[in-house]
Amino acid sequence: MAIRRVFIANRGEIAVRIIRTCKQLGIETVLAVSAADRDSLPARLADRAVCVGPARSSDSYLLVNTLVHAALATGCDAVHPGYGFLSERAPFARACEQAGLVFIGPTPEQIEAVGDKLRARSEAIAAEVPVVPGATVDSVQDALEAATRIGTPLLVKAVGGGGGRGMKRVDALDDVTSAIELASAEAAAAFGDARVYLERYVSRGRHVELQVLGDGRGRVIHLGERDCSVQRRYQKLIEETPAVGLSAPLLAQLREAGVRFAQRLHYRGAGTVEFLVDTERDCFYFLEMNSRIQVEHPVTEAVTGVDLIAEQIAIAAGAGLRLQQDDVHFTGHAIECRINAEDPARDFAPSPGRVRRAAWPVAAGLRVDTHIEDGAMVPPFYDSLMGKVIAYGADRAAAVVVLQQALAATHIEGVATNISFHQRVLADAEFRQGGIDTGYVARLVASG
Amino acid sequence: MSLSAADIQEIMRLVEASGFDELLLETAGTKLTLRRGGAIPLAAPAVTPVAVAAPAQAPAGVVVPAPVAAPVVADGTSVESPMLGTFYRAPKPGAAPFVEVGSAVEADTVIGIVEVMKLMNTVRAGVRGTVTAVVARDGALVEYGETLIRVAVAE
Repeated sequence: MAIRRVFIANRGEIAVRIIRTCKQLGIETVLAVSAADRDSLPARLADRAVCVGPARSSDSYLLVNTLVHAALATGCDAVHPGYGFLSERAPFARACEQAGLVFIGPTPEQIEAVGDKLRARSEAIAAEVPVVPGATVDSVQDALEAATRIGTPLLVKAVGGGGGRGMKRVDALDDVTSAIELASAEAAAAFGDARVYLERYVSRGRHVELQVLGDGRGRVIHLGERDCSVQRRYQKLIEETPAVGLSAPLLAQLREAGVRFAQRLHYRGAGTVEFLVDTERDCFYFLEMNSRIQVEHPVTEAVTGVDLIAEQIAIAAGAGLRLQQDDVHFTGHAIECRINAEDPARDFAPSPGRVRRAAWPVAAGLRVDTHIEDGAMVPPFYDSLMGKVIAYGADRAAAVVVLQQALAATHIEGVATNISFHQRVLADAEFRQGGIDTGYVARLVASG
Repeated sequence: MSLSAADIQEIMRLVEASGFDELLLETAGTKLTLRRGGAIPLAAPAVTPVAVAAPAQAPAGVVVPAPVAAPVVADGTSVESPMLGTFYRAPKPGAAPFVEVGSAVEADTVIGIVEVMKLMNTVRAGVRGTVTAVVARDGALVEYGETLIRVAVAE
């Protein structure tokens, strides 16, 4: 079916991004806005904006029935969920379907399959995609055998623990027994659950993810990988493609594994399969799959020339995959910096407020995705992402130069930003060499 | 020629009574677009006499010269929709509306229903006084915060 009017259940820069492609495709847009976003840039760019509730997202952007009602009442035939909010909530996708609205994304069943970590892990194993080696511990004898198989270093984790609590690192097999006994006793005391399990410890890991597109009938292509290892507390700050310094066999295997995982699910639409690359063992493990468009999708668009939002819409409209794998060509290198309203000098504390002035750079090889202009508000209710600066160059060094010039020409007044931190990373020798691990930002911050 | 507030109200009354969904009127210096609100047309929220008059939220499709707009404003406090949904003035089709202009309301008087995916939510006046205008159209989509009625609050 032809999609003529899309309801956008999101806000901020991704709403602007979706509207842009819809305009190019001649598709009308209706945007859901909270009371805090009535005057936002996307509210003005959309053909129509409807206020769905007060500022708090639990009372606006997360209201399944209200959003579906708004989409129907404004004559929309499809819903784009963007990222975050309801994008990976199966009940929303299901409610859209039941109301006769095309959900621009995977099926509710696919969202459920990848949304549950344990289920996703078993799906990965079934698809012969490597997962972090681990084992539950039933007896000390079992544990020794498992530890030998997994190899050191490894972690003893409490089943009832979480967030880093109840973990012990073991570097030598001789210490496994005592570590398990200690961890088990501690776990019983702390969580009321003495069960522990073993998991391989990856001391130097890189976050490498694969962009895939599926037609929902078993055909899946990939659009290359993205390296998102520049993270602070699991929040990505800088993403790039291609991932440098990976061996050709590992990269080929990773791409095949990601495609295989999505194929097995008969995945529909755009998705991202995330991996942890163990640089010391030169192997990779499945982490999770994100069943939506990613924040960092523009770097993939920069090197492939593919409009991922347009492909999402085409697949949702039933056109299937318009590209064969051989049609996807990779040229050059792209890097994205997320410009957040947060203050690096105050431990990256959020800095919401009125943006007095926003001067974004314009240059060849540069793309800026933003919803922030002079006088815009960064409301305290949502994430602090103000914009993404995406630089493209013939190679990585060229992209870094474009990015550095772009950041120097970016002037945001009224709120604090993390631009200075990005500049510090881009100037840092270790980053410039490429292939840094996910511990990099923490080390850089700790170094003062 | 310019249109007075009374002219516009008269035109709206005529459109309301007619079978037309839309009226475009252009005279020297004035361009007026009236559209039956709510349902499928994309351009603007429901257009009703007082919606036109609310300057802060003048719908995009409605262009009214400023001097004309001012006198149309009905007095009173806005009772706003607590949610997005479909507004109903009466408990069921054909029944008498909950309130009319001139109705006396207490804070807990039901003034309408906002339906969200078949879930009926009653809306109460929240203030004591007399209804001076019913702004939202029956059966129309109302947004969160949109004015439903106006009430002259009792002293």
